[in-house]
Amino acid sequence: MLSDVPDAASLRNSEHPRHAVFVRVTHWITAICFFALLISGAEIVISHPRFYWGETGNDLTPPLFKIPIPASRNLVPTGYGYVLPDQNGWSRYLHFQAAWAAVLTGLLYAIWGLWTGHFRSNLFPAPAERTWRSAWGVMSKHIRLKRPDPADALSYNVLQRAAYLMVIFVLFPLVIWTGLALSPGFNSAVPAGVNLLGGRQSARTLHFFISAFLLLFLIVHVAMIVLAGFTSRMRAMITGTTIAGTATTGPTMTSIATAPQQRVGEERI
Amino acid sequence: MRRAPTNKVSRRKFVTAGLAATAGVSGLAAAAALAKRYGLIPPDSGGIYGPGETLTYAAQRLLTRHSLAREFPRSMISKVPFANEIAPLNDPFKRFQAGGFRDWRLSVGGMVAQPASLSLSDLRSFPVRSQITEVVCEEGWSYVAQWIGTPLHEILNASGILPQARYIVYFSIEPDWWESIDMADAVHPQTLLTYAMNDGDLPVGFGGPLRLRVPRQLGYKSVKFITRLTVTDSLKGFGKGLGGANPEGGYAWYAGI
Repeated sequence: MLSDVPDAASLRNSEHPRHAVFVRVTHWITAICFFALLISGAEIVISHPRFYWGETGNDLTPPLFKIPIPASRNLVPTGYGYVLPDQNGWSRYLHFQAAWAAVLTGLLYAIWGLWTGHFRSNLFPAPAERTWRSAWGVMSKHIRLKRPDPADALSYNVLQRAAYLMVIFVLFPLVIWTGLALSPGFNSAVPAGVNLLGGRQSARTLHFFISAFLLLFLIVHVAMIVLAGFTSRMRAMITGTTIAGTATTGPTMTSIATAPQQRVGEERI
Repeated sequence: MRRAPTNKVSRRKFVTAGLAATAGVSGLAAAAALAKRYGLIPPDSGGIYGPGETLTYAAQRLLTRHSLAREFPRSMISKVPFANEIAPLNDPFKRFQAGGFRDWRLSVGGMVAQPASLSLSDLRSFPVRSQITEVVCEEGWSYVAQWIGTPLHEILNASGILPQARYIVYFSIEPDWWESIDMADAVHPQTLLTYAMNDGDLPVGFGGPLRLRVPRQLGYKSVKFITRLTVTDSLKGFGKGLGGANPEGGYAWYAGI
């Protein structure tokens, strides 16, 4: 199989994309779903912008906190003299349809990521990076707003890895769990799902905060892409190619199944 | 020397993709046929949100056909239950109210051997079920109350429900207020024709004198002021065929989510 070893030139071209096609497709499906969930979720909150803790809560009980916006329901005491139009019908339909698409895409991604070693080689920090010194090095570069090295276009740094792992393995599972805990049908089958969260209203409040963390991630994610070079990073996630000349050395993100000791400069065939 | 295996690979890829697509399409077709046979397709399965709605309903029916809604201890009954807003009550309701609801009737018809017209005291002669469950509104709020009434399946059994029955359609005395549930919810032990709440008669604000409580679904399926039940094998003949006033207003028919 030696005859199939790519020469240096082919490493530079689009045959060796920055992101695997599976990552790119699932990334954009998830992005579209997240946008739909965010819009519809915000719309649903407008019908009752009050949050509680425990099992129950309504207009007659004191809230944990309120969002100071007008509501789309007449009886909610908002302090505003008007009521917004009810949009919950399509919002709920869209929310659940997007949730299904996101969860099914996420399942495929998780299976693929475990199967190909994507998580191990591209997301879990390498042993050398699992130190405070290494993390601080990346952080100080960020704080000083240093332009990323060309090599940074080829592999995630330790902060990126931590953020992506947090989103994929903590925030997404939590937002799914707290969302399911709002379904009276699901709760009848799996009552522990809502009871462990401290009750229905606690689940709703947690769902809101986890969504807010995901929104915060999205804002930082987009800000980082703009700072690192919007065109090159977007091109990498859409077409898979990096700007010519930057991909001359080092492994690319598709060398996913490469064993750690092989990581430097070798391509798996 | 580099051989160029691209043709071979692309042909193999093409064949694989073709097989996968064929398997996918026939898998979907088989799934659709099975889903239809086992009653996993909701009446609002058409339109752009049909796929998500069908997945939700089918998944819930596979998972929750017999499960019970959570019941709570007495100590968790809400001190201040929230009645929600209702439209001004119509004249027929006010006449029944003036008579202390003695003349209130629940008519049971459609696919039953013996259609019936039951007064509230007739309903009270059936076995009683009391349960402390949560009312959950799609807007986000909730409260817990004790609900007392006749399980719907008692009435259906007494009326001799026919085997081809698939849905129960139920109507409020208020115009344009009706909903429907499938048989899994209709024969569910917690689906109650509720006439009392927290040890007193069911207050008008909470749907008195008679409300169908479906505690495994959101509050909008628990229609207030029930006067009529129709057993049917199809929702096509009712309104726009979507199975309720809320689905016709853009809300999902299945509200277990």
